[in-house]
Amino acid sequence: MSEIYLDHAATTPLRPEVLEAMLPYFNQEFGNPSSVYGAGRRAHQALDQARDTVADLLGAKSEEIIFTSGGSEAANLAIKGVAWAYQTKGKHIITSAIEHHAVLDAVLWLKQQGFEVTILPVDEEGFVDPQSVQEALRGDTILVSIMHANNEVGTIQPIEDIGAIVRAHGAFFHTDAVQTAGILDLDVAELNVDLLSLSAHKFYGPKGVGALYVRKGVRLDPLIHGGAQEKRRRAGTENVAGIVGLAKAFELAQAERGEVTRHLIQLRDQLLQGLQAIPHTKVNGSLERRLPNNVNVCFQFIEGESLLLNLDLKGIAGSSGSACTSGSLDPSHVLLAMGLSHEIAHGSLRLTLGRENTQDQVTYVLEEIPIIVERLRAMSPLYNA
Amino acid sequence: MYSDKVMDHFTNPRNVGEIANADGVGEVGNARCGDIMKIWIKVEDGIIQDVKFKTFGCGAAIATSSVITEMAIGKTLDEAEEITNKSVAEELEGLPPLKMHCSNLAADALRAAIEDYRKKHPITA
Repeated sequence: MSEIYLDHAATTPLRPEVLEAMLPYFNQEFGNPSSVYGAGRRAHQALDQARDTVADLLGAKSEEIIFTSGGSEAANLAIKGVAWAYQTKGKHIITSAIEHHAVLDAVLWLKQQGFEVTILPVDEEGFVDPQSVQEALRGDTILVSIMHANNEVGTIQPIEDIGAIVRAHGAFFHTDAVQTAGILDLDVAELNVDLLSLSAHKFYGPKGVGALYVRKGVRLDPLIHGGAQEKRRRAGTENVAGIVGLAKAFELAQAERGEVTRHLIQLRDQLLQGLQAIPHTKVNGSLERRLPNNVNVCFQFIEGESLLLNLDLKGIAGSSGSACTSGSLDPSHVLLAMGLSHEIAHGSLRLTLGRENTQDQVTYVLEEIPIIVERLRAMSPLYNA
Repeated sequence: MYSDKVMDHFTNPRNVGEIANADGVGEVGNARCGDIMKIWIKVEDGIIQDVKFKTFGCGAAIATSSVITEMAIGKTLDEAEEITNKSVAEELEGLPPLKMHCSNLAADALRAAIEDYRKKHPITA
């Protein structure tokens, strides 16, 4: 039985076209982009080209793109970089309760360093109210960081509205677009953002490479010192093959976006509809403003890890926000922030679709899940059938 | 991450269910932390004749509940009380470190059931 991979929010397979574009930069065009001779210049050219491509796709200028080791580094650089560069102007930072830990933990670390932090709540569908951002802004607010779409429940935030509010106030606005890059149309001008993070392996590019858009004029203190790369904002010899792969994957994703989105939405809605037919099941997140590839539900009376293990035995790869799968004692901070009880949050299942998933796979998954849920409920002391 | 024996008990759990008119019932854990185990025992002449369980929890929680039913059946109450969470984990050929505390409560559940039995059946010598 071949595996049915439904965890594309975690990572995606590298596309063959992307691998092909990357390969020469491992051993043929292996030059250091900082070197003056031919091999160095050719590597530098590849970097320039990749930067132009990414900038174009975001509606940005090439010098506004910094390549990083991934989404987490991009988000850390955005948050800590702005905080350090502007700490004499103010020490207040605003974020939301449902951010990825790359944002949340970076902000909480700054709090330990003496910054002041406001963490905005979300409603039951996972939305940040733009009005709450307006009310939280202070004279000394330097940065607001709100994710574009949530990685667990797929809720797409009203980033344009929040960005307009933050800009009018004169603070900087970062959005974590790791889940939306390659899936939604991203235009930094339309989104009203000053900084935007993305990661290649979420859109069929390689792991270990990401990018940060930084609007011209926004200063950043680097996380990594030691060289003039990336305009002194990120030292270290560039991951040329990875960067080439990121650009290629981003380009392909954008070119095929319309077609892929229709495919994803069709499968997503089929899954949502099928799963909702299981009694005592709750859909998490918004049905209107939802990532085209995200399905997240809670099955009452059962626990997520045992559900995942059973799915795995049937060849289905998914994820859960249960404590056991998060490696902590608490279930998903996102589901808890959306007002779910611990009991219910433990029984969450996230299935995230990709371009290669098929109708037949979804049909198979919808046959297997009700059987597994019923089996686990039959052994649950919480369930009275 | 789990041993073959854990996966065996997880995929094919022994003695799932409830015992009508059980002689003792024990429940430990809470839904907040994600693990609840409930154990029913049938006792005759001081020997555990039957054990059944229901568990809400992860793979380790279900496997430990299942294996302890096998460990307890046929034992005297005194012997069964000596089963520890550690010996349950050993019987399963080990558990991942993270699971040793939060999901390894089966021995506590069994002891709670025995305690319940003793309360309901005080020794009248």
